[in-house]
Amino acid sequence: MTHDSGMLKHILRRLLGLLPTLLMLITVTFFMMRMAPGGPFDTEKLLPPEIQANMEAKYHLDESLLQQYFRYMGQIAVLDFGPSFQYKDWTVNELIAQSYPVSLTIGVLAMLLAFFMGTMLGITAALKQNTRLDYSLMGIAMLGISVPNFVIAPVLILLVAVYAGLLPTGGWDWSLASMVLPVVTLSLPVTAYIARLTRGSMIEVLHSNFIRTARAKGLPESVVIRRHALKPAMLPVISFMGPAIAGLISGSVVIERIFSIPGMGSYFVAGALNRDYTLVMGVVIFYGVLIIVLNFIVDLLYAWLDPKVRYDEKH
Amino acid sequence: MIQHRQFLLPVFCVMLLGACGNDDRERLPGRFDRHATAVELVLTEDGQPDPSVLATEQILHRDNGEEPATLDPHIAEGAPSAHILRDLFEGLTAESPQGRIIPGAAIRWNISRDGKTYTFYLRKDARWSNGDPVTAEDFVYGLRRSASPATASNRAQVLLPIANAAEVLSGVMPTDQLGVKAINEHILEISLKGPTPYFLNLLNDSSTYPVHRASVLEHGSSFSRPGNLVSNGAYVLEDWKLRSRIELVKNANYWDADHVYIEQVFYFPFEDQSAASKQFRAGELHWTDGVPANQFKWLQKHYPDELVISPWSGSYFFGYNLLREPFIENPDLRLALALALDRDLLTEKVTQFGEQPSYGLVPPGIGEFVSPLPEWAEWSQAERNEEARRLYAGAGYTEDDPLRFEIRYDAGLNNKKMALAAASLWKQVLGAQATLLNEEPKVFLQSREQKVLTQVFRAGWISDFADPFSFLELFRTGHGRNDFGYSNELYDSLLDDIASERVPARRRRLMFEAERMLLAEMPYIPVYTYVTKRLVSPRLRGWDSNIMDHHYSKNMFLLKTAEEGQQSTTVEAEDKAEPNTEVQVEEIPLEQSVAEELPEEKPTTEPGDDLAIEAGVDNETGTSADEAGAEPPASQLDMPEQVDIPEQAPDVPGQDTMVPLEVIEDDDTPELVEDPPE
Repeated sequence: MTHDSGMLKHILRRLLGLLPTLLMLITVTFFMMRMAPGGPFDTEKLLPPEIQANMEAKYHLDESLLQQYFRYMGQIAVLDFGPSFQYKDWTVNELIAQSYPVSLTIGVLAMLLAFFMGTMLGITAALKQNTRLDYSLMGIAMLGISVPNFVIAPVLILLVAVYAGLLPTGGWDWSLASMVLPVVTLSLPVTAYIARLTRGSMIEVLHSNFIRTARAKGLPESVVIRRHALKPAMLPVISFMGPAIAGLISGSVVIERIFSIPGMGSYFVAGALNRDYTLVMGVVIFYGVLIIVLNFIVDLLYAWLDPKVRYDEKH
Repeated sequence: MIQHRQFLLPVFCVMLLGACGNDDRERLPGRFDRHATAVELVLTEDGQPDPSVLATEQILHRDNGEEPATLDPHIAEGAPSAHILRDLFEGLTAESPQGRIIPGAAIRWNISRDGKTYTFYLRKDARWSNGDPVTAEDFVYGLRRSASPATASNRAQVLLPIANAAEVLSGVMPTDQLGVKAINEHILEISLKGPTPYFLNLLNDSSTYPVHRASVLEHGSSFSRPGNLVSNGAYVLEDWKLRSRIELVKNANYWDADHVYIEQVFYFPFEDQSAASKQFRAGELHWTDGVPANQFKWLQKHYPDELVISPWSGSYFFGYNLLREPFIENPDLRLALALALDRDLLTEKVTQFGEQPSYGLVPPGIGEFVSPLPEWAEWSQAERNEEARRLYAGAGYTEDDPLRFEIRYDAGLNNKKMALAAASLWKQVLGAQATLLNEEPKVFLQSREQKVLTQVFRAGWISDFADPFSFLELFRTGHGRNDFGYSNELYDSLLDDIASERVPARRRRLMFEAERMLLAEMPYIPVYTYVTKRLVSPRLRGWDSNIMDHHYSKNMFLLKTAEEGQQSTTVEAEDKAEPNTEVQVEEIPLEQSVAEELPEEKPTTEPGDDLAIEAGVDNETGTSADEAGAEPPASQLDMPEQVDIPEQAPDVPGQDTMVPLEVIEDDDTPELVEDPPE
């Protein structure tokens, strides 16, 4: 019981500590966005002043900046991100609600793929340390890290979709076929990175005393690896995965462009370029909350994996 | 191992949540057009495609560039919205595939002698997609809504020629003071502030479209969502998957539904042009919105039949800031820089897509207007360079004391290459030292507008309506996009004359004069005229290139593939003689196509044609009555509930004001036939 309530307190305290961070994030983004030159309605075809005035009145841009700020804070207090300036038929809430499931699905699938492939390859390489297999696996991994997405993606599309005609070249319809290429592309660098991390930490763990003890006790090698070595070897991978997941599931601009996927990543870029104030604010806040929550989850996982960090100083 | 599964549980939950977020997972249509070749086009006697050559599945896949911002016609701006709205709605006027103004929701119109009152006679068989009749009241409501400050339309400047529009827009007058009136159910009268010879060209802009009042009142700002949107065009909005696709299906209530062949249109947004071109190559698209930069040669070699390049009503140029040294009061220096640009080199090596070098402001091919050419347009580049060096030296610059200035441009690969090339030409020919400054687009626009920082800047203009005035107006004192700081009383008064001159020939002369005035002062450096470039499936026909780049899906149809065609052989011998097979000819020299179209033009279709002819509009529709017999009025066949309207019959001749267009094609095609009949 005490264990549980201590954990709960820990969680609550952490959650409360997030609020000021979020407030800072919102405020800074709000004013930075407004300081950028140009407004949402500046286009090459300049608007007559009366029309410009109507537009500004509709979106409350005619009010003072402070008024706008408090109006906005009032809105997001009830989780209303307001109408998008650019996609005029939609509210920012709708834009996120429609695009986020797509980014999330691709991101999570890519993460799973990367995690399984990465750890498998890493463990294999570690067990066969300094063999030809190890070198070739790590060589490929290095390639995976250093060749960027925007090179791999078009090559995959050309080979698999255009020439072989096995999969669609792009687009999104929630079918497995439309997910394969983007998920694979997105997961490749992460797979490679996880493989290298796993290999390194596995080798380190395998040389530690408790493993030597386990082996000395005559345990079969498979049990030594699964029961004793794997868990501590995963620690660096887990701490890497926190930010990596956040990166993957928040939508990749590159992948979305190349595969024409309606995910959330493009809104960052489009919103900023179009001075779509509400959209930028919406995705920044959403992404901010996401990162904070994910880091938090990683902390919890860490505590579970490693008893040393489980309790605070008080315990 | 069990522990590891627990560890993954949260991750799985997240994934499941994500996957459950969307219930409607429909299949994207598969590859339908891979390496397709089309059968020979066969037309029936009334110029329609013969059913035997039409593909059984008439589903069109169009790349639409970016995601449209909105499908509310009165707020929409930009090409992506406009493409779709042209399919969904029908304005008072429409355009033929060649871009000529033709009757739309209005069958015919009268223009008063002073050019300030337009009376439109609406088709009586027009229906909204829910079956309601389209009335003059709908247009009145639409135009008032469009001009209302509450709508906050950013395209409402299109309405400014209408009487009281500026006052309504700024909220000084209520919307019912707008110069728009329904005389009766089918007659609409629009009063203008002053004669606006290009007014008819504005009426196919979405900001003038009618909207269905009852559904706007019911759904408010979400009336343009799928399921809510009631439209009067050839298509209705079926579905909109944000940034994924927009689906239109044929509107069964459209008055000309019998001649609409494409049953379903998918519009796909693409942020990346090479993604679109890959989808095209994989057979997933019939039509792309552009082609990737730098692939011209490759596409020309591998997709010669699919690659379509045609002139566009837009000019690319550099502007001078005439309020800043060294270009104030220095036309000779301005001319020197203009002379030193080797436009052939720039279009061949930099833009690479068959853009035409330009020596003036107004691109060729807008109506009958022909721009004045400066005398140096005829010179060789060596001669131009020599003259440029002479003027440059005359302005007091030497090798030791060269001209130093800045070229400012907005981010974009093409702009950067162009600025670099221009700077190196100026250095090579004159020894001038240009520095380059790249700005983010919105910042760049602001710098230009302030006219404080800029010296030479990237500029360009793509007109909204097919009239040279759209270009000439840029140099009016106080015009919002006059970032040159050009101000010339004589020029301004010339523009006023152009705006009110109603005799086309005289008006053209005035515009010629205005452009010549600009050429003498060189407040800008002409570089090239834009082209549109796209990949189009050879199976897709019924469309044609036009300088406005407006393409209505309702005119298009898909041919059978050659393999399908072999299975069902048809008698073609007679029809082959029919010269209409040219629908897709792209490389008609511009002058030729213009010259051949214009003589045939009906007075109803040209805004400012002679007063005499225009007064005879009514007679005109009468004379074409004999042709009405050739084609049964489609509307009556599929509209049995209409019989209670007795004035149906008189409409029929009017409906045929469209027929002459087909006739024109018949007449002028023999020279244009590309593939001779075997």
